[in-house]
Amino acid sequence: MTDLDTRAAVTIGDATGNRRRAGRPYVPEKRRSILLTVVLWLCVLYFVLPLWWLFVSSTKSNAALFSTFGLWFGGDFSLLENLQTLFTVRDGIYLRWVLNTIVYALVSATGATLLAAMAGYAFAKFDFPGRKALFSVTLGAIMIPLTALAIPTYLLFASAGLTDTPWAIIIPSFVSPFGVYLMRVYSADAIDDSLIEAARVDGAGEFRIFWQVGLRLLGPGLVTVFLFSLVGTWNNYFLPLIMLNSSELYPLTVGLAQIQAAASAGGGAQALFSTVITGSFVAVVPLIIAFLFLQRYWQSGLATGSVKG
Amino acid sequence: MSSSSALTVERPTATAPPRRHGSTTKRKQNVAAYLFILPFMVVFIAMLIVPLAYAGYLSLFESKLIGGEVFTGLGNYVRALTDPNFLGSLGRAVLFFIIQVPIMLALSLFFALALDSRRARGSKAIRLLIFMPYAVPAVVATLMWGYLYGPDFGPIAQVSRAIGLGTPEFLTPETILYSMMNIVTWEFIGYNMIIMYAALRSIPSELYEAAEIDGAGQFRVAWSVKIPSIRPAILLTVIFSVIGTFQLFSEPSLLNAIAGNAITNDILPNYYAYNVAFINQEINYAAALAFLLGIVIAVVSYIVQLSAERRERRERNWT
Repeated sequence: MTDLDTRAAVTIGDATGNRRRAGRPYVPEKRRSILLTVVLWLCVLYFVLPLWWLFVSSTKSNAALFSTFGLWFGGDFSLLENLQTLFTVRDGIYLRWVLNTIVYALVSATGATLLAAMAGYAFAKFDFPGRKALFSVTLGAIMIPLTALAIPTYLLFASAGLTDTPWAIIIPSFVSPFGVYLMRVYSADAIDDSLIEAARVDGAGEFRIFWQVGLRLLGPGLVTVFLFSLVGTWNNYFLPLIMLNSSELYPLTVGLAQIQAAASAGGGAQALFSTVITGSFVAVVPLIIAFLFLQRYWQSGLATGSVKG
Repeated sequence: MSSSSALTVERPTATAPPRRHGSTTKRKQNVAAYLFILPFMVVFIAMLIVPLAYAGYLSLFESKLIGGEVFTGLGNYVRALTDPNFLGSLGRAVLFFIIQVPIMLALSLFFALALDSRRARGSKAIRLLIFMPYAVPAVVATLMWGYLYGPDFGPIAQVSRAIGLGTPEFLTPETILYSMMNIVTWEFIGYNMIIMYAALRSIPSELYEAAEIDGAGQFRVAWSVKIPSIRPAILLTVIFSVIGTFQLFSEPSLLNAIAGNAITNDILPNYYAYNVAFINQEINYAAALAFLLGIVIAVVSYIVQLSAERRERRERNWT
């Protein structure tokens, strides 16, 4: 993080003054390229236009959806009506899905982050027998496809009577081998050994040191792991699809897929397409906001995590 | 994975306590370390190792109408390796990987380098906008692109007809795989770009400033200094892409509702395993498929990593 900050500061300093002073070392940041700017902004269209379409479409009635140009507003501005329909359809089950998703994602991400932080901290700051082997196993697990495990996990949960409960979504999401990897790299970087040593001399226990010294210094790393676990659970479709039967327990993804299937089966006769689209739009907004608000932290967290190796 | 893995971080730990503390302190610290790791390891074993072992166990049995579960040894594996549906799905996944992943990662790398050069205006906004699709659930992305692809009212078809190019077909059996590649590319370019960009930002800038002063151009610096320095990060994105490609599920599953005739139940391996398990109710065979899929992913990831290491070693010998 400090690295990024100083670089940013240096850049600002360069931009504000000292243009072309003789003998000044070459500063690449000064040169702007119009061509590159144009090319990049054109590329941005590819990423943004689908989302723009989603927003524009969520303001259209079902009829206008199929009769007006997709990338611009048309017909009446029906966003409020669409939202009203969305939140009242089937006795307001959409709101239930939103709440489920928030609970699953928050609990999973909190658990995954805490477990990863503790494990990562221990891997970075203690030299215990078996450290290398356990870490190698954890790293190797990054390669295990969680989706391929979903079917046996489903069978195990079924025999334990845990399918069709929130636990079936939350417990598997606690495992984040990549989170452990990031937290180890981050702990090694951000927590000074002398600080731990000083706390030990003061007589603090290891858990207190972790809780009061370690966690505080791990800020950006924690935000990064938290945010990426949050997105992982929020966007997960396969696991809840196979684990859950009751639609009151569905997260947004499974719920949306269900109304989409109903809309397609109804041949568009019901006004469901605009509901699906508005529902999709509402499902996307919270995560985008989370990323925008926390970008300083997660980007610097990733920066520390991605270089080492 | 070996400890020489490119992902492994081996840095000297300065935590070995000074002698005078004696061995009780050391033992206390070991206990603390194990307690820190325990919660993760418990969930790790319960949610990864046990299901893996259970899948392996289940895959050795066959469910018969008469007699229930019967041990068949490797019967399910023999069946899988001669099952044209499974092999076909695997073949399509390989095709997907060979075409989509290089395009996606090349574009991610291009964007990461372009933004790192700081030569474009609004770099920060560009970076976030390209990353944004990652926050969109695959379900929503697929629904959205399904509408965008629509031959009648989809905006792509609208524009294409308006400029006289006719109606493009995105949802036919011949084109659906490529349409899915586009969805996945759209979703993950930004994520991979961010990983590479973060690595680029952390290269000590003196390293390539020196090269630039020596007269190396931007492209030369990117090729000879920047890309080699972020090789571990690139390797990570390749491995994530291997895993991601072989377990694609949301895309075929949701496109099935929109383009039912284009999506066969064996279009991609994970979707096929799901259908075998939950539609055909062949749990044992599905377990074998899931296990095989896991092995394929592990083997491909391992080959990727090994070739990256070998390359690095070769280059080190040259210099």
